[in-house]
Amino acid sequence: MKLRHAASLALGMGLAVFAGEALAQKTKVTIYTALENDQLGPFKASIEKAVPDAEVVWVRDSTGVITARFLAEKDNPRADMVMGLAASSLLLFEKAGLLETYEPKGASALKPAFRDGAAPYTWTGMDAFLGVVCFNTAEAGKAGAKAPASWQDLLQPALKDKIVMPHPASSGTGYLMVAGWLQSMGEEAGWKFMDGLHQNIAAYLHSGSAPCVQAARGERTVGLALDMRGASEKTKGAPIEVIIPKEGVGWEMEASAIVKGTKVGDVAKKIADWSTTKEANELYSKTYAIVALPGVVNNPPNYPTNAEAGMIKNDLGWMADNRDRVLKEWSRRYESKAAPKN
Amino acid sequence: MTSPEPMLRIARLSKRFGAFTALRDIELSIARGEFVCFLGPSGCGKTTLLRAIAGLDPQDEGVIELAGRDVSRAPPAERDFGIVFQSYALFPNLTIGDNIAYGLVNRGRPRAEIDRRVEELLALVGLPEQRRKYPVQLSGGQQQRVALARALATSPGLLLLDEPLSALDARVRIRLRDEIRGLQKRLGVTTIMVTHDQEEALAMADRIVVMNHGVIEQIGAPEEIYRQPATPFVADFVGHMTFLDAVSTGPRGVRIGGLELHVRETNAPAGAPVRLAMRPEEVRTRDLVEGEANVFRGRVGALAFLGAFCRARVEPVQSPGAAITADFSANAMRDLAIATGQERLFGLSEATLRVFPARAEPAAS
Amino acid sequence: MSAAAPVATRAGPVPSGPGARASTEARIGAALVWLLGAVLTLIIAAPLWMLLSKSVQSVDGAFVGLANFAVYATTPTLVAALLNSLFVASLSTAIVVPLAFVYAYALQRSCVPGKGVLYAAALLPIFAPSLLSALALVYVFGNQGFLKGALFGASLYGPVGIVIAESLYAFPHALLILTTALALADGRLYEAAEAMGTTRARIFRTVTLPGARYGLISAVFVVFTIVITDFGIPKVIGGQYAVLATDAYKQVVGQQNFPMGAVVGLLLLVPAVLAFFVDRSVRSRQVALLSARAVPYVAKPRRARDLAFGVAAYVIGAMIVATYTVAVWASFIKYWPYNLSLTLANYDFASFDASGWSPYFNSLKMAAASAVIGATFVFFGAYLIEKLKLAPFGRAFAQFLAMLPMAVPGLVLGLGYVFFYNATWNPLGVFYGSLAVLVVNTVAHFYTVAHITATTALGQIDPEFESVAASLKVPFWRHARRVTAPICLPAILDIGVYMFVNALTTVSAVIFLYGSESKLASIAIVHLDEAGAIASAAAMGAIVMATAIAVKLAHLAIDRALLGRLQAWRRR
Repeated sequence: MKLRHAASLALGMGLAVFAGEALAQKTKVTIYTALENDQLGPFKASIEKAVPDAEVVWVRDSTGVITARFLAEKDNPRADMVMGLAASSLLLFEKAGLLETYEPKGASALKPAFRDGAAPYTWTGMDAFLGVVCFNTAEAGKAGAKAPASWQDLLQPALKDKIVMPHPASSGTGYLMVAGWLQSMGEEAGWKFMDGLHQNIAAYLHSGSAPCVQAARGERTVGLALDMRGASEKTKGAPIEVIIPKEGVGWEMEASAIVKGTKVGDVAKKIADWSTTKEANELYSKTYAIVALPGVVNNPPNYPTNAEAGMIKNDLGWMADNRDRVLKEWSRRYESKAAPKN
Repeated sequence: MTSPEPMLRIARLSKRFGAFTALRDIELSIARGEFVCFLGPSGCGKTTLLRAIAGLDPQDEGVIELAGRDVSRAPPAERDFGIVFQSYALFPNLTIGDNIAYGLVNRGRPRAEIDRRVEELLALVGLPEQRRKYPVQLSGGQQQRVALARALATSPGLLLLDEPLSALDARVRIRLRDEIRGLQKRLGVTTIMVTHDQEEALAMADRIVVMNHGVIEQIGAPEEIYRQPATPFVADFVGHMTFLDAVSTGPRGVRIGGLELHVRETNAPAGAPVRLAMRPEEVRTRDLVEGEANVFRGRVGALAFLGAFCRARVEPVQSPGAAITADFSANAMRDLAIATGQERLFGLSEATLRVFPARAEPAAS
Repeated sequence: MSAAAPVATRAGPVPSGPGARASTEARIGAALVWLLGAVLTLIIAAPLWMLLSKSVQSVDGAFVGLANFAVYATTPTLVAALLNSLFVASLSTAIVVPLAFVYAYALQRSCVPGKGVLYAAALLPIFAPSLLSALALVYVFGNQGFLKGALFGASLYGPVGIVIAESLYAFPHALLILTTALALADGRLYEAAEAMGTTRARIFRTVTLPGARYGLISAVFVVFTIVITDFGIPKVIGGQYAVLATDAYKQVVGQQNFPMGAVVGLLLLVPAVLAFFVDRSVRSRQVALLSARAVPYVAKPRRARDLAFGVAAYVIGAMIVATYTVAVWASFIKYWPYNLSLTLANYDFASFDASGWSPYFNSLKMAAASAVIGATFVFFGAYLIEKLKLAPFGRAFAQFLAMLPMAVPGLVLGLGYVFFYNATWNPLGVFYGSLAVLVVNTVAHFYTVAHITATTALGQIDPEFESVAASLKVPFWRHARRVTAPICLPAILDIGVYMFVNALTTVSAVIFLYGSESKLASIAIVHLDEAGAIASAAAMGAIVMATAIAVKLAHLAIDRALLGRLQAWRRR
């Protein structure tokens, strides 16, 4: 009896796999995103509350993967929207004519920097994030390394093989840091700095927050990573400092847009409208200190007070235009050397 | 259907496996109600022929007619036979009753009728009250009876038995062989049995088909096969036989060394080499008069005690090289006090001697 | 049914072919055989063909010949990955095979107590995704690991970690082969050698080793293939050390460079195909090695040997168990290494990843569907091939395809699936990213072993059963349902559990194929680790492992019940 029951249950589960899809009654909106994993749930809940006929289906991966995948599928797009993706990537898409022209209601209320400055209006900024230094004081003490006040301090020999940073080709945070150094130091000095940094790098990771998590756990001493992750790890009890080097840090904006040719444009537009609301921005601010809507402020514990001041003058257009060239050069310099490293 | 049309007719049937010819130009007719044995050594093609008749391994060439119907290319299910294998091939997960009913259920008969038929068949094979057991709970002999009942359940026109007794021990084998024969006579079902056991074939069959190397050597009643083997192969395979190289001395005589013997007939011209065949049990040693035809003096060589009889090696005095095998009953051994080294008279009756051509052509081996 | 059969060809030899005149049953059977061939083409041959053709195309789909291979050979990073892969695979093989041999020797040729425990310990890695061993190593030998010093300053992240983790992961696979090889020994040879006063060392060299030689060769190839095609471990612990498997992922997922991914996939195919053919020839020779009269070797107690092998086996077994115990323990730790208090927080997956527990349930669904569909399909496929003597060409074709997945690593098959099911022209593309594709891929990936299991079980059934059924005019489908399937139920169950456990733990094949709603637990582990939530990744791995072990234990219990109460006919 039990066996038979188990067998029919198993069979039922097997069939349910195929039958399940047909039952949905809401409009499915497939959104490509590079939001952090822990953001997706609350975002989905909030969107579906604001737009009841929408059912959000996330396709989440790192910025580089999502960007490459979106471009590869350009003839046969599977995404209806992109959200929480680096603005420099969206600028790339806009240039390739892959984005729908639509200005969400409420976009005019946003800080000017978070609005698509050039017609046609395709993308809308959500929040900004910084590439900071997570510095594990406990491990640094053992290694005899001093806390970096300047980027150049990261080149100290005591940090050899003790630094992790995101891979710029796959992580948006990684690219914004590289782009930030090149813009603030100038190309030549920027590359020279990275040459030196490379000597101290233990690994280029796939995600923008993992380096800080690794530094927080003491697995590494220094993690170059997303600003907010550093603050939250420190709050959890990790012996780290979140440092904004005195030269300033690169930053990037997360933005959203509707994909050209989507079959669910009406619902997508409602979601785009939601992205400019106060609710949405309050959600952004749980993860990012700097968001698009003026007045929404969330200074989480342990977040560096000098962060907004430390943002360099950043040209998103330059980041988009030079993305290919910079990544190629970066790959040429560091990937071929990276492999035989121990 | 009143004509004496055979139940099974096979014509020009051949089968090859790659380069190997398994069956060559088989011609055979089997009458209704007949019990026929295919007898031969392993690899002779007897099972291949049975499987061709069943349609399990179709022949390459030739015609098979079953009750006047050409079934040469019909699949097994469109022929009309029941089959029993050496391995019993009882379905282990079905009860005895379900095994027997297996073919009946498929025909959509009402349950009550099937039940009645199963009981009837179980009674027929002497296994009443066993229908709820599983095959593993029965002995080998019982399992084979169930297999027989299953094959008979659908009242097939032809019953095929593929070495049905070979897996059983000697005592059960003899009992079951009588039972099968009795059952077959009672039901009158045309039956073909494949066996390599000549004793089985001799005891059971109406006719025996002796096969070797894919061809039929001889077809005949058991006694005919035993007493008048058509070929040296049959002579050697069925029963025990002594072969001696001899020379023909005319139409009715042969010579072995210095020993002259009368025979029924020889087709060989005088002086031609021949082979003389004789059965051990036909060598007499009682009530002989020296000087009579086919009586000779011989020396008793090695003796082998075989229970009911003794097998002796006898060398004729006139032809010391020739070794004749002779069987003597326990009675004869005691009465005549036969012992190794003895010299005494031996006799061979003319009717029991067979003459075959000498082994000139490549021997059938 | 056929009272008036046409008797047209009375004269002359009947020009019948080898087969009987097609009845309805035979026509249905032949159609099913061809249908099987068609399905196997769709799930095995077509994706592989796409992989081959992609490798000679440009990104835009134009034919470019071997240009991609030329690019590969002249790109230093890519070549470095190839060399790295060869290095770690060779080193892991050199470590695993001798250790597994010692272990197998302890199990088969000595009187070490507690063999059941040793066996269970060694098989543990089979029930976990490969990357769980890597996660555990981070806690043991990582920069904050409690045994960090044991690496003498070498970094875990790179070849060192890969080799240790792969060795743990591949160990049971080598062990299974070698225990089988050592189980097959003719005790008479040993008795004869001892009777002649041969020294133990010489007996080992002249009797034991030659007997196990083919098993050793087989084990070498299997371990090498497992290591070189594994994705999970280098992903977690490889650091900057690029290997072929992570390269394939980077090319296809990271850069959407399908042709280069196909080239890497083909490179991965080489050792696996080689292993496949070596294994086949080795198997056929192993059979000839043992005569039917051989008497199984039974070890007699001998103090020195039993002590030495016992100690070695228990040390190895303890290391395996300890590694996975560390992974489970780590999943309960609040904040490694600064706060070692225990917590269940890491099992609240939703706080680390939006998909929360859903990947686990997706995995369960996928594994259950693979088990049910796989066991059913594989069994009836094997039945068609093994028991119906119909459509000989179709059967040979299906048999070939059924044996093919053995030579295809999961990663390579996964790549083929991406290319095939993601192609714009393919109407089956609607399934891309669904659980259905994952189920199909899993069944195809593990087809061969399941097929061999089914074929072996079917081969053990008296071949005359089909003849009897035919004589009783019972069509094969009824016969299969009433007799063949019930007899083979234990084998069918074996296949189901095998599919279930593998579906649960596989990473390589499905990493390319999952969609937003079909993310699996094994992929969630990769993502959790990627985001730095290593404790949570270990937690997910622990859950998967616990589930796989529970299913296996349930299988053993059901098997016992099946043989006992439910199928009384098996008992004498």
